[in-house]
Amino acid sequence: MSESQQETGPSTQFEELPDAPPKRKIRLSWPGKIGVSVLIFWAIIVAIGPMIAPYHEADILDEELFIVPGSDEMYPDTDFQPPSKIVLLGSDYLGRDTLSRILFGARTTIGISFLATLLAYLIGVTLGIAAAVGSKALDMSLSRVNDALLSIPSIMFALVLIAALDSPGIFWLIIIAGFIYAASVFRIARSLGQEVIVSDFVEAAKVRGEGLWWIITREVLPNIAMPLATDFGLRFVWVILFISSLSFLGLGVQPPMSDWGSMVKENLSGLVYGSVAPLMPALAIATLTISVNMIVDDISAATGGKLAKRMIS
Amino acid sequence: MLWRAILGRFGISLVTLWVVSILIFIGTNLLPGDVAQIILGQMATPESTAALRAKLGLDKPPIQQYLVWLQNVAMGDLGISKAGLGAGLGTPIVEMLGPRVYNTARLTLLVAGIAIPVSLFLGLIAAMHPGTRLDRSITFATLNLISVPDFLVATALVLIFAVGLGWLPSIVFLRGDETGWVLIKTLAMPILTLVILVSSQIIRMTRATVLNVMSSPYIEMAILKGVPRKRIILRHALFNAVGPIVNVIALNLAWLVGGVVVVEQIFSYPGLAKLMIEAVLMRDMPLVQACAMIFCATYIVLIFIADIASILSNPRLRHPK
Repeated sequence: MSESQQETGPSTQFEELPDAPPKRKIRLSWPGKIGVSVLIFWAIIVAIGPMIAPYHEADILDEELFIVPGSDEMYPDTDFQPPSKIVLLGSDYLGRDTLSRILFGARTTIGISFLATLLAYLIGVTLGIAAAVGSKALDMSLSRVNDALLSIPSIMFALVLIAALDSPGIFWLIIIAGFIYAASVFRIARSLGQEVIVSDFVEAAKVRGEGLWWIITREVLPNIAMPLATDFGLRFVWVILFISSLSFLGLGVQPPMSDWGSMVKENLSGLVYGSVAPLMPALAIATLTISVNMIVDDISAATGGKLAKRMIS
Repeated sequence: MLWRAILGRFGISLVTLWVVSILIFIGTNLLPGDVAQIILGQMATPESTAALRAKLGLDKPPIQQYLVWLQNVAMGDLGISKAGLGAGLGTPIVEMLGPRVYNTARLTLLVAGIAIPVSLFLGLIAAMHPGTRLDRSITFATLNLISVPDFLVATALVLIFAVGLGWLPSIVFLRGDETGWVLIKTLAMPILTLVILVSSQIIRMTRATVLNVMSSPYIEMAILKGVPRKRIILRHALFNAVGPIVNVIALNLAWLVGGVVVVEQIFSYPGLAKLMIEAVLMRDMPLVQACAMIFCATYIVLIFIADIASILSNPRLRHPK
């Protein structure tokens, strides 16, 4: 009983302090609001996409569907068809429905990227805070290794690892992306943690005799949660672009699974015929990443742009 | 003092390059299997595998393998590509790299030459009129452009200029003897794509840097004493922003390394990045190592230049605490 009360402790405890700063309310501008709506839309698609898709992702559509009433053509082409009532966003290079594949692919692309970002945060924040609160030797060794990791362009690193692992599956793709992006998360978590750890209220907690674990969970983590959450958004965007680029290069998600990046690659040959099949999945990625960036932009404007500055450097 | 700081950074860069070489070596040797067996594939007999292992030095302990590799790389011997190794001698990687490096360098230098002036101009314009409609549309457009995947920009440009208008070819077919107008036309699409991608980054960061300088006390002083806005930006702010802006440019050129991979692939431009993708697909490990080392070394050199720029522009960095 008393334990559960302590769980909700820190926020309610300090609200009554007279000189606690007022809680900042973040008002979203209209691009921010649009961003939130688009994000909610894709979240719903991830949940129910396969259920509302008109066809299955692997279905190669029948020629009969494309027969124009009243024409003599018995065997019409099914590949790279323009958008119509049968295929709302056109068909792809094998004659599959682009819309259905985008709806199925949402789960793959967003799911993989989200898990990879989570993994990056798990590794990065744990080690970053360890470096911030730990001994100088630990900080030095972790930071030096991290600097070296950061000085390899992420796509190069991924290419080397993928070559070594010989066409890895989705599991390894998540591990690789998570590992690569953990390096930049580490850097931010460490610098944020260092700022908090030298502050007066941590000093006060130490004097009070609080343990290290208490300080980390009650003082450090709540104070760096907000900037980290914003950074999570940006990192998520980069991981989506990263995974899609790998899929686009044919080194990420492998067929027959549909994923937005590989859908662009498969249908690239359709560009010559003016097909929109390669453009649609790329636009799907763009709506998602742009909306996350709009929200992040709004939040960092509301927090005085300090966050944005820290993330650029 | 200045030279000591620069020498210090140079030392750090060398150490980083060395650590990166270790990471790449470990990365390419991750696979628990036997590289010789993988190369030989169907033709693997115990004798031929053992012979190839001895030839590639795989029978030695990993640390010794690394030292031999490092020594060879330092001497300019990047090893032998897997291509044709099963049958005969294989191709020396140095010979394969020459034209590819030339192509990629030509592409990136052209992109830098166009992107830097254009984006500096637009970034300064946006910073000179913050909050206006012009500034807002520039920031909005660039935010959108940095959030979209590289290949969306490329496909959209192909749809417009190659399919829609029919002005430009949709893939790059380089024979090597193109000059003048033909060359410009052949390279136009990849250059345009990369310029758009790099510029939006530089524009945003230039704007942020100049605005950051604009919020410093001495600018406030200049405003208070009544100096015209244009003069403040061109005489006071710009000189102090030069260092950070050079820093931004160097960092973004380093970022080109990543963008080039996708763009070379989409336009089948015969550059270094495309060679590396081919090597990854064929699991040609020595070639992957060589390409990765070249890209990482370039990246580190650019970061070094960025560091030097910030040291030169900020005297406080010359005296490390």
